[in-house]
This record gives sequence, structure tokens and C-alpha cells, in this order.
Amino acid sequence: MAPTVNILLAGFGGQGILFAGKLIAYAGLIEKRELSWLPSYGPEMRGGTANCSVCLSDEPIGSPLVLEPDVLVAMNQPSLDKFADAVVPGGKIIVDSTMCQRLPERDDVDIFPVPSTQLAEDNGLKGLASVILVGKLLREIGFCDPRALDEAIAKSVPPKKAHLLPKNRKAFEIGMLNEDGESVPVCSLPDDWAVE
Amino acid sequence: MTEKVLMKGNEALAEAAIRAGCRFFFGYPITPQTELAAYMAKRMGKAGGVYLQAESEIAAINMVYGASAAGKRAMTSSSSPGISLKGEGISYMAGADLPGVIINVQRGGPGLGGIQPSQSDYFQATRATGHGDFHLIVLAPSTVQEMTDYVFRAFDLADEYRMPVMILADGMLGQMMEPVVLPEPKTELPEKPWAVTGHRGERPHNVVNSLYLKPEELEDTNIERFERYERIKAAEQRAEEYLVDDADIVVVAFGASSRIARSAVNKAREKGIKVGLIRPITLWPFPVNAIGAAADRAKAILTVEMNMGQMVEDVRLAVCGRVPVEFFGRAGGIIPTPVETLAAIERIAASLEGGAR
Amino acid sequence: MSKVVYKRPEALTEAPFSYCPGCTHGIVHRLVAETMDELRIEGTTVGVAPVGCSVLAYEFFGCDMVQAAHGRAPAVATGLKRALPGNVVFAYQGDGDLASIGMAETVHAATRGEKITIIFINNAIYGMTGGQLAPTSLPNQITQTSPYGRDVNEAGFPIRVVEMLSTLDGVALAQRVTVDTPKNVRAAKRAIKKAFEYQIEGVGYTIIEVVSTCPTNWGLSPSDALQWMRDNMLPYYPLGVYKDVKADGFANVAEAAAARALALAGGNVEKGDTADPAAEGGEA
Repeated sequence: MAPTVNILLAGFGGQGILFAGKLIAYAGLIEKRELSWLPSYGPEMRGGTANCSVCLSDEPIGSPLVLEPDVLVAMNQPSLDKFADAVVPGGKIIVDSTMCQRLPERDDVDIFPVPSTQLAEDNGLKGLASVILVGKLLREIGFCDPRALDEAIAKSVPPKKAHLLPKNRKAFEIGMLNEDGESVPVCSLPDDWAVE
Repeated sequence: MTEKVLMKGNEALAEAAIRAGCRFFFGYPITPQTELAAYMAKRMGKAGGVYLQAESEIAAINMVYGASAAGKRAMTSSSSPGISLKGEGISYMAGADLPGVIINVQRGGPGLGGIQPSQSDYFQATRATGHGDFHLIVLAPSTVQEMTDYVFRAFDLADEYRMPVMILADGMLGQMMEPVVLPEPKTELPEKPWAVTGHRGERPHNVVNSLYLKPEELEDTNIERFERYERIKAAEQRAEEYLVDDADIVVVAFGASSRIARSAVNKAREKGIKVGLIRPITLWPFPVNAIGAAADRAKAILTVEMNMGQMVEDVRLAVCGRVPVEFFGRAGGIIPTPVETLAAIERIAASLEGGAR
Repeated sequence: MSKVVYKRPEALTEAPFSYCPGCTHGIVHRLVAETMDELRIEGTTVGVAPVGCSVLAYEFFGCDMVQAAHGRAPAVATGLKRALPGNVVFAYQGDGDLASIGMAETVHAATRGEKITIIFINNAIYGMTGGQLAPTSLPNQITQTSPYGRDVNEAGFPIRVVEMLSTLDGVALAQRVTVDTPKNVRAAKRAIKKAFEYQIEGVGYTIIEVVSTCPTNWGLSPSDALQWMRDNMLPYYPLGVYKDVKADGFANVAEAAAARALALAGGNVEKGDTADPAAEGGEA
């Protein structure tokens, strides 16, 4: 049984923070787990910071607002600076290192810098940096079966944008295969996993 | 069992209202309930109903008044400042004995306040939504599933007792997504022989009205209504109890804050503190029976709210001085943390242990 | 065999009117009731009573009735009509109700083209509360709350309601009538009946303003009140048809609005030369 995990995703509005959170939430739904997805809302989202709390558990979720995340996904420097200290000891921080030059000075958490915005640009996946980070997140904490996440991607990409589905899958795979950070992957791609 | 889907509270509530037979929605934009109106705008027409964006919250509630007078299931939604504007129409609905459902996705106040989640309209919902002697049935969901289940029930309660029912939610419940099982659509709705649908020469004319110029007649309508309220108090009190049986300390919290309280109760139990939770589901009628029974067993009660202390007054009335009732709350749109709620529990536990009381 | 030349309309209940002697509400109630009788719609009509002297209209009209909060009759009527699109819905409102506290509801019901009929009694004063300044009180008119006369520098100007509403695309019929003489009563009846007929045909929003009197609060005898109305109100509130989309050759407000939009988009079209506005360089 997968562990309870409280995830905080944060960045600029428009970086795909809420979408990335939705992918994680859908994966939880597919695996029939308890989950909650709570966005920040209101004018602060317009051009300001956007963040999103996702809780996955096998028990009913208490507070859906993640104040002390097990995992922080930070996609810009202000978000990283704001939330890095809140991560629980032993927790993990996944950083878009294209957008963040200064990493937190903490030795009680694992920090995984991934140049996801750059990787997205290089692979023709503009706008999908957050999905790359979801792939990395899955690689590092194995919060679900990768097939559930693939299904979540299929569910989350609206029919009108079906042409973006392969790109989303590719972005996810890039994150999953990213080995920066020296950690041992806790899950690997299933045999029948195929991109495009 | 039907399949679970992932939906925002606002949207799940809207879908459940349609499935409950609501075909008339009148709204006005306000954060953080806007998704509810947007969902209705998208779906209501396809469901064969009417979505109309009114010129104001005042107009919206009066459109509900009109559609309800015509015998239809009708609803409006807003957030705190907009509910103040609806107060007039809600009072007229109560006075004319019209059913209807009002959704308040609360935000911090007073005045324009903020847009973050709050529970500071408890007094407004349970005491004085508008002028005159009347009550609403007030239901307080704490999950997206309950947002759907309670609104589904709200339409039945409104029709059964011929009175407006309010769902008192908040920005957190409205905005968050959780897995939810949507109810099967209702196919049969109650007859409403009192409705104004045109008498067609087959009955005396129906009048929907709250005006009684003779004080004796007006008093009679008030007395009848309060007799109805007594029946509702006897039949409709609802509360969820969690680990209450052996609890020395009982936390009372509703809606979003009950989730935080539940986390804090679990943490306190891990520390060996005997604490439980009562979550009022009906804020009116207030579950005085459940809380009164808890007061007979527990040594202290802690009320946790997202306001400066409103429901705590009802808790104190229910407890009637038998045990001390403490309050912990955060206001202005701040959601209390499980940690600070746990601290409040621990303070009470320490005082009980120290024999301070 | 005797011929019936006048009888109480079927669509009025037996309840005696509670209006003051000389008040024109009674006449207008009768005209509305006669219209229901002639169109055989009493059984399918729902009326909305306002707050004001005619608050008790629900006791007088035999059709189903709803009493609305002050000014909210158009919103209540909107809810009713949306719920009962096959029924006839009218609201009966005074000047304080319609043009002061309920102006937002009035304007928006009109601009939405709600298929309802508004009977608007304009007697330039709040009657029920005892004669206060109304949105339609005339300049220099003395009321309880304008004891030295309406000072337009302080209290602003009276509102010409049907003129204002006639600018809105949702309005099918906007007409001002009065009931001071048998001839004018017959004309008012024709206007009210036309408004109900337009509603039944689904043409659009209809409003009939009836310039009325308030002998009690004006402090005049009924006949002097009518004379005062003729001398003072009718010059300020001229009788006439301010909008009639069917007379203009359109089937409904949507057609009329489309033609108007086209004409406006045509730019500098000469007035009366709107036959083919697109030909006039209408590229906008």
C-alpha cells in the first residue's frame, strides 16, 4: 500500500501547476484512494503565484490545505523561497532549476533540481515543464503505479486538445527517466509502456 | 456502486442540484462560488432548465421566489456579501412559505472582506438571514461528497417543510476537488397544489403572499410556522460523532474546520489524550441532543470555527453550563492548522489534568 | 330582452377595492380584468402585486397572484415566466416601486425582453406611506418630503420611464396612457389589451404607463386632481406610443434589435435612410 503523501506544487500562474496537481489527483482516483486537490484562488493567481495542495492517502483526508508538505514541487524562485522551509524533515523538494538559481540550504531534505523548462523547450514540449516534474516526482516517491498516471494524463487532457496527449506523455516520460539527484528509482516503466 | 469522479465542490454541488430536479438557477458572479454558476450556465440548458444571470443578488433571489411560487425547484448561489443582499428575498420566501435552496460559499468578512474561506456567516445563516421571525434549515457539508448529498437532500427538505434551505459551505469546499459519487437523478417530484400555475377555472385562485395587515392573522402564521419548526427540531437534527464515547474532551466543529479538527483529534489520540469530535451537520436545527449528551459524559468542550466565535454560543446553550466550553478559531480567511488546533486541545487536557477546573 | 352594457369583470374577485375615492387604481384594475376576460386568460394568468397602494391587488384579481417585495416585481415576474412560459404574467407597479427602488429590476427585465406585461401607475407620489417625493414627482411639486417643492438642484429630475425604456432593444411595446375621460379610458384599455396580446404572441417586454392621480395625497378633490394631472403631468409626461416593434414592421424584439444594430453599424446613415445600411460603407 502506498504511503500517505502531502504534496504542495507552487509556481507562476500559467506554468501548469494546477494541471500537474490534477494529474496526481486523477492517479489517486484511478487507484481508488482518498485524495484532495485544493488550489489557491483569486486575484493572486493572475500573474502572481499559483499553488495547489494535493493529498493522497488511504484514510479520509483531514485538512486538504498542505502547510507542511512531504513533497514540494517548486517552479519559480519566489515559491521555492516561500515554501522550502515548510517541507517536513526527510521530505523532498523537486525544483525547476531553469527557473530557480538558488537552491535551499537544507540538509534534512532531498532536493532534486530538474531543468524542466529547458527540457520542455529542447523537446518541443513548451508549456509542459510541470508534467516533466510530475514524472520526476513519481520517479522519486512512487506515489502511484505509472500506468495510473498514464491513465490520469489521458483523462486530464480534454478531448478538444487530444493532439496534446502524446506530448504530455512524452513530457511525463522525460521526467520519469531523469536521473539527476542520484536517487534510486522506486518504480520503473512497465513493459507495455510506450510513448506515442 | 456508481463510479467515483473527481470534481470541484462547486461543480459537484451544481450537478447534484440538477439531479435533484432543480431546473431554475438564478445567479450573480462572486468569488469563490463562480464555478457553480458557470457549471449551471453550461449544463442547465442541456438539462431542459433555465440558467439566468440576474442583474443583482437581489434580483436573483426574487427570481427564485417567482419560480418557486410557480411550483418549480429553484436555487441561487452566492458568497457572503451577496447573501446579505439576498436576505430580503429569503425573508419573503419564509413569510410566503416558499421552498427554495440558497448556497453560501462563504468568504471572510465583514464588508467586502476577503475571498478566502471562512465560516463567519454562521450567525447570519442561523439567526437572522433577513427581517422577521423565521428560520432556514441550514446544512453544513465538510466534503465534496457532502456538497452533493446535502444539496440533493436540501430540495426534499425545502419541499417537505415549505421553507428555504441553505447550504452553508465555504471557499475551501467550493474550490477543492475530491472523488465523489453523484446521486441518481430524481424522477418524481412532489405535487404542489398551492403553486401559482393558473387556476384554469378549476380551483379558487392561489395567492403567494407574506402580507397580513391584521396582527392576529400575522401572529397566527408565525405560530403555525414555529410549530413546524418544532417538528423540524424533533425530526431533522443531524450530527456526526467521532471517537466521542470515551472522550474527556469533545471538539465541536462544522464544515471545513471539522476536517482540521478531526486531524487534530487523531494527533491528540496518538498522544493519549481522550478526545472526540462532534460535527453538526444541521446548523439549524442545531444538534442540541448530541451535544447535550456529550456534555453529560465529557469534562470539557472545545469549539473550533473559522470565525471569531459564533457557533460556540449554540454549543454553550446546548451544554447549559454543565462543563466548560472553550473556543478556538481563526478568522479573515485563515484556515486553522491541525497543529494549532491540537495545541488548543492540549491546553484543555493540561488544565483538566492539573485539576484547574 | 335587456342588453348588458356594463358588468363587473369576471377576472375581479368579489372583494371590495380598498382604494380612496377618486383613485384611478380602480379603473385600471377593471381594464386589466376586462382584458383577461376578453382574451379568456384569467385561468392561465399569474399577476404580481407590488408594495404600495396596490399591494392588495392579489385580493382583487381573480387570477393566481404573487405578492412581491418592494421593487422586485419584475424579477419575481421573470422567475414566474421562465417557470411558466405558456402562461401570461403581469406585474402591477407604482412609481416608487417601479422607478425608484426597483429601477434595476425594471431596466433589466426590459432589456432581457422578458415576455411579461408591466402595468405602471404613475401618480407622481408615494401614496401608501402618505405622500412622499416620488421619482416621478414634478419639479416644484410639494410633497411631504419636498415641503418647499421639488428642488431639481437637490432632488434631481423626474424620470420619464417609458421614454427611457423605449431605448432598450428588449422592449416590444412602451406606451403612455391616462384614464381621465371615457375616450382616454377606452384608449388605455386598447393599449393594455395590446400589451397582453404581444406577450401571448411572444413579441417581447411590454409596459403601459398610466398617468394617474392621488386625490388624497395631492390634497385635491377627485375632479380637481384630474384637472391638475391634465395641467401639470401630461405636459411633462406626454401620452403616446414610444415604442411598438410590430407597428414598426417587426415580428418581435429580436428582429427589431437586429435591424437597429445593422443600422447603427452602418455609420453615418441619414435618418430614415436605413433601407440598406450595409451599402453605406458599413464595414464596422
